[in-house]
Amino acid sequence: MTTRNGTLTAGARAAGAAAPGAGAPPSGAPAPTRGTGFVRRHRYRLITAASLVVLLVVWEIVGRRMDPLFATYPTAIARTFKDELADGTLLTALWDSLKPLFLGYFLAAAAGIVIGMLVGRYRVVEAAVGLYITAGYSMPMVAFIPLFLLWFGLGFTVKVAVVVVMTIFPIIISTRAGVKAVPRSLVEVGNSFVAGEFALMRKIIFPATVPHIMTGLRLGIGRAVIGIVIAEFFTAIGGLGGLIILAGQRFDTAALFVPIVVLMVLGVGLTRLVGWLEGLVAPWQAGVSGGGDHD
Amino acid sequence: MPDQKLAATTPRGGPERAAPAADRVVVDRVSKDFELTVGRRRQHIRALNEVSLTVADGEIIALTGLSGCGKTTLLRIIMGLEKATSGGVSVGGQAVTGCGYDRGLVFQHAELFPWRTALQNVEFGLEVKGVPKPERRRIAREKLALVGLGHAMDRRPSQLSGGMKQRVGLARALSIDPQVLLMDEPFGALDAQTREGLQAEVLRIHRETGKTIVFVTHDLDEAVLLAHRVVLMSPNPGRVKRVFEVPIEGSREDLVAVRGTETFAELRYEIWRSLMEHAPEEEPARNAVLRAAGSGAERSAGK
Repeated sequence: MTTRNGTLTAGARAAGAAAPGAGAPPSGAPAPTRGTGFVRRHRYRLITAASLVVLLVVWEIVGRRMDPLFATYPTAIARTFKDELADGTLLTALWDSLKPLFLGYFLAAAAGIVIGMLVGRYRVVEAAVGLYITAGYSMPMVAFIPLFLLWFGLGFTVKVAVVVVMTIFPIIISTRAGVKAVPRSLVEVGNSFVAGEFALMRKIIFPATVPHIMTGLRLGIGRAVIGIVIAEFFTAIGGLGGLIILAGQRFDTAALFVPIVVLMVLGVGLTRLVGWLEGLVAPWQAGVSGGGDHD
Repeated sequence: MPDQKLAATTPRGGPERAAPAADRVVVDRVSKDFELTVGRRRQHIRALNEVSLTVADGEIIALTGLSGCGKTTLLRIIMGLEKATSGGVSVGGQAVTGCGYDRGLVFQHAELFPWRTALQNVEFGLEVKGVPKPERRRIAREKLALVGLGHAMDRRPSQLSGGMKQRVGLARALSIDPQVLLMDEPFGALDAQTREGLQAEVLRIHRETGKTIVFVTHDLDEAVLLAHRVVLMSPNPGRVKRVFEVPIEGSREDLVAVRGTETFAELRYEIWRSLMEHAPEEEPARNAVLRAAGSGAERSAGK
């Protein structure tokens, strides 16, 4: 333990000294040097953490003084969270939401990528359906939900349908933009080797479009989470959206915040996940430049 | 300006090539027109006007000239990436109707696929051609070694320098073992030292493979250093102005020594002078439109 501490100090000191124009005291007093090094390295994370602590503390203090009908406070939310986790309500609701979310998202991704590639590549397809894509992207899809309820009822299917229509358009539009951004000269490389249309699509246009597709998928996941909540608001049966509605009807503000927090974490987590996948499937995009030697 | 359509295009069989090898590439009265919309007006541009040219087997030909002379267009027509408006090209006796495995193209900016490693980039053409994997792997390795990149096979293009990228592009073009290697200003974007290294490399590869090479360049040094014949083209409309034989005997791989010779200096000067006479002082587009419209105004004015 002592030794590890010692090494840590030395490392931190070295880091502190490496920073130019450091405001650290020139004397080698270990404690302040270590403190400065740690603070400097994690400065922005510490600010974020401090901001969060301040928010929670202020919320706790103010929340406790207010009418529980209108406001709640972090510890109350945490308590409800624990209860709902223990009796299974939360996990059931989460699973009820995730199932249509993922199914809808994957359907939208599969169809959206194919449609986007076709629309981007062929002027004929663009002329035929481009209008609907622009319209679908710009109009609030919520307007269709009553119609979807008539078509699909109140169950699982309608949730999937809402997620699909919310998600598919940004995926199509990003994919189309990606296809259009493929340099003509790269396609000509394929032409010069007498590549057929299918080979061009599979070996050149698709891989060149992957970074754009991933952007579309990242935009899509956020909209998918919005879509599932909206769908559950309308159907009000099960899922995290259902929990929110039910808690609202009970005037249980703390219970209302539990699914909200879960959704927040879910949205951030899924977006991060897709972002991470982006780096995984399109590593050349990240500008990984090892030492390219010169000849 | 006299209409010298064919005057310069007749292949000049110099005394030192008295026994002409088989013609590998035959360009027969190729013209290329395209339309340009400037504001509301449509302009008819003649990019190439009845260009004829023959390239012997194993010969290196440089296409050079001022910008807009159609040298790249001509190369792309030979490659089959563009269609001639009239006239035709044949390679090895076969009429060119599109791209084919008898020709390999090295692009101006390499145009490697960033998601593939150097080796996989070289494999691309073989993959499309349907060569089985172990075979194409072997060929790709061999071609990368040929261009001196045996050590960098697994690097991605972002990890390669400009010169190395061009080498990969060269290996990719050679992978399908084409009869004719076409290069579109392949070294134009490189620094002088790298360029010189690659020029020597091209000469070495030519010696080892005996490929027929046609390349476009705006660098007269490069044209004279590498080519057996330099085809000087002039714009409005694009046509062959003159063909220069390069009477440098023997190996040229020592580029520094070649640069020091009197032949090099004299020929380079002669081409330069020919290039700069009738430099385009007149408005190029208008000229082209007049010609394309067949008004004959210029021809009568010339008399």
